[in-house]
Amino acid sequence: MSIVLFSGTVDKLMAASILATGAISMDMEVDFFVTFWGLNALKKDMVASNTRFSRDFEEMAGPMMQLFKAKNVPSWYETLKKAKTNGKVRIHACSLAADVMNVKKEDLDSIVDDIVGVGSYIDQADGAAITLFI
Amino acid sequence: MSSIDLKTIKVDKVIDARGTSCPGPLLETKKAITAVPIGGVLETRSSDEGTKADIPVWANKVGHKYLGVISEPGYDRIFVKRLK
Repeated sequence: MSIVLFSGTVDKLMAASILATGAISMDMEVDFFVTFWGLNALKKDMVASNTRFSRDFEEMAGPMMQLFKAKNVPSWYETLKKAKTNGKVRIHACSLAADVMNVKKEDLDSIVDDIVGVGSYIDQADGAAITLFI
Repeated sequence: MSSIDLKTIKVDKVIDARGTSCPGPLLETKKAITAVPIGGVLETRSSDEGTKADIPVWANKVGHKYLGVISEPGYDRIFVKRLK
């Protein structure tokens, strides 16, 4: 499975990490291509502190976070880390976004494997049975 | 297999994933199946409604045998036989 993670809001990060967990549970490999706001969300100083929600449902951010907590739903970051521990999940950062946003490899959380160009992503997506843009 | 058979089946390992959300019970099932001997039975307990749909699909995809489900108040007991 191939996931382009463009968004950096908690709700979409959660969707992406849960889908990745589903994929590795089903014995599929997952390649992430993280770019723009998705790349921003994977910076070391962002992974735990991010509370941004999709603009359309911004007023639901607080109540949703409380519901996740009440229902014992782990954070997107914990979910993604667990997926990576239990399956083949590779997280590639987009070199253009990294350049434009002045993000270095060492600024990114250790969950990120490498920085690659869009060509590498196209190659991975070409061989994937499922491709998602989130 | 009828639920009467499942009630008396010999279970080699029980995973209690109640209280964890989708896809937690599925991931716990995938992790636990290797701890069951080939031919043995794994029981997953899940309070997430989707798990009883997901585990048969998973078993079919990865090559194990889904035996069935017993629904208890508030949770399901899902049985899978390890085939490989």
